[in-house]
Amino acid sequence: MATSVESHLAVARGDRPGRVAAWAGRPWLLRSASILVVLGLWQWGAWASVNPAFPSCTATLAAFWELLVDGTFAGAYAETAGPLIVGLLLTAIGGVLAGLVMGLSARAEWLGLPLFIVLQASPSAAIVPLITFVYGIGFTAKVFAVVLLSAPVIVLNSYRGIANTPRSLLEMSDAYLASRRQRIWKVIIPAGSGLIFAGLRLGVAQGFTGAVLAELIITPTGVGDLITYYRSVADYPAMFASILSIIVVASVTVTLLQRLELRLFRPELRPA
Amino acid sequence: MSAVQVQQLVKEFDGGIRALDGVTFDVPKGELTSIIGPSGCGKTTTLKVVAGLVEATSGTVEVNGAPVTAPGPDRAFVFQDFALMPWATVLRNAAFGLELRGVPRREREDAAREYVEKVGLSGFEDAYPHQLSGGMRQRVGLARALAVDAEILLMDEPFASVDEQIRRQFQEDLLRLLSDERKTVIFVTHSIEEAVYVSDQIVILTRGPSRVSNVVRPGVDRSGGSDSIRRSQAYLDWVEQIWHDLQGYLER
Amino acid sequence: MAFSLLVWFAVWEVVGRLELVSLLPPFSDVLAAFPEVVSSSTFPEAAWITLQAFLIGMALSFAVGIGVGILMGTSRAIGSLMGMWVNIFESSPLTAIVPALMALLGFGLPTMIVTVFLFSVWVIALDTQVGVERVNPSLVEMGRSFGASRRVLFSQIVLRAALPELLAGIRLGLIRGLKGVVIGQLLIAVLGVGYLFELYSRNFLMPEFWALLIILFAFAFLASEAVAYFERKVSFYASSR
Repeated sequence: MATSVESHLAVARGDRPGRVAAWAGRPWLLRSASILVVLGLWQWGAWASVNPAFPSCTATLAAFWELLVDGTFAGAYAETAGPLIVGLLLTAIGGVLAGLVMGLSARAEWLGLPLFIVLQASPSAAIVPLITFVYGIGFTAKVFAVVLLSAPVIVLNSYRGIANTPRSLLEMSDAYLASRRQRIWKVIIPAGSGLIFAGLRLGVAQGFTGAVLAELIITPTGVGDLITYYRSVADYPAMFASILSIIVVASVTVTLLQRLELRLFRPELRPA
Repeated sequence: MSAVQVQQLVKEFDGGIRALDGVTFDVPKGELTSIIGPSGCGKTTTLKVVAGLVEATSGTVEVNGAPVTAPGPDRAFVFQDFALMPWATVLRNAAFGLELRGVPRREREDAAREYVEKVGLSGFEDAYPHQLSGGMRQRVGLARALAVDAEILLMDEPFASVDEQIRRQFQEDLLRLLSDERKTVIFVTHSIEEAVYVSDQIVILTRGPSRVSNVVRPGVDRSGGSDSIRRSQAYLDWVEQIWHDLQGYLER
Repeated sequence: MAFSLLVWFAVWEVVGRLELVSLLPPFSDVLAAFPEVVSSSTFPEAAWITLQAFLIGMALSFAVGIGVGILMGTSRAIGSLMGMWVNIFESSPLTAIVPALMALLGFGLPTMIVTVFLFSVWVIALDTQVGVERVNPSLVEMGRSFGASRRVLFSQIVLRAALPELLAGIRLGLIRGLKGVVIGQLLIAVLGVGYLFELYSRNFLMPEFWALLIILFAFAFLASEAVAYFERKVSFYASSR
């Protein structure tokens, strides 16, 4: 399923050195201006709309500030973070291992690849409500939701990283008498580490989705609960502020991971 | 005394493609033997069989009397596309053969450093491949092959991906290096001029399914400067003759 | 290779028969439930509304996504300005926005359409941008030297050259759009297949639940493979552009 296009798309999309460099290196001026424009549009939209559920930008930002200062956000994120971090750790370790095994063993690949490809393409979110039947409505259920949504992308990317080691490097290691173990640890894994990390970054993004979904559907805690609660009391500025907060947190996290990835792997992905 | 003996080497790939159809030649010890021939004639395949990277369908390859079944410490390979690990420094890449053999770090780095210097890259030990030009990268590949101190050096079109201007310099540098090292070299190239310039012996293959069309010894006198060699009548005659031979096979 | 799925189905059957997991009935029961699900009175309506939301939402994302992507790809300035936003939303938990949509647009089709749109448009825009950026400038110059008009340049040269990336983006967009429609319906829970899922799980009709899920999975997979088919057809020129 990974065409050559997709592999260089993975390099290009959002992870472009040019891309990040372009707007990371640009003067803050342009980015701030863009943010202000969007906020301005929002404000205008809210003012022009008759929908009471469309809070103005200023009201939302005010609510955001309040929730930040009075510790509501802190409390909520403390709750959301738990299952998110545990789930991501599980998929990070388990997923990379699974991808590794699938990349190295033809049998494992035959068994696992179609399964994960199907899981990746499917709306597995539909399973989330079912989780309660097995795991109740607690911590475990939420961890399961995070794992369910983040695992396929991590496994598939790790697999691709391992299975697509450049032929030339493999031949070189054979020519210089590498043992099977040396081949795996000194050549295959380092060569695949870029894609593995990319998979982890994508997995983190999906993990956030899983955590939010779990909190909206399974059990009201953390940020999900904030969103649901404020909607139920029709406090739209606070509701939108909560939504804004998770978008910001997720984006910042993923952007930081992107920067890290660029620093760690970019020069090394250029062909030797 | 032959370092390498190739007898009736046949290689057939999946799908019935017969690349080699009974290739036979000897490689004298301590000399540089080139293999040339039309594109796709299996020169690289032959080299890789000698290296032990590709298994022959039938026929034998012997190195110092012992049959070849797999890569070994007696042979070192230089790759056409360099095959450097992009995440490792020049020093580590050059020392890689030794690293794989379990040579302790201090020792292998010292050895590698020596060869990095010999190929003219001193100062670049801590650089990464992406920071180097194509020519420099190939020199790292050469350092790596020399560092393992194998008796036989196998070079697969080593200068194909290198600039034309640098190429000539490399040929000369290579000859100088080899005169110090006393190795047996098998050198695959598609450039007749290159083959005539560097080789003691040239094995000419026909187009695939290949056999050996001819084995010649140009005997170019290298005592003059390199420029005079390249203009000498003997040199030019050899190039002309081989070119003719190959043409004959191209038309058949 | 897909035959390994048969192995997994066999495992499912065994797990179900041994009643190892209460959620998993034997696979054969699930298969038996297919006709029941499809012929139930609620299914056609649910499927229809889901399909509507999906198709309209996707059509919107194609139009906007490809359009914006082309803009971002052709103009460096627009590319980096909008790029920031597109990147942010592409990796955000958009699920969080759905409750807001429900508050603004109600519990019906509009919310679902917007959800599908929001889930899928970003990746389509990004991949279109990459595709357009990667068009070999000499191709464009060649076109201009032969006197091609702007419109022709675009449709015949740029779009065609960018086709592999565009299709990849569309395939990913389809998958995300489907996830969007399901998530949207799970949260809304009174319409479409989301409602059906809710119904089946509430009454613990597990075979029916899994049958419906597999129908959705199969739909997602078929749609994605259909695009992948076209992708493969054009990828032959991807490397030689």
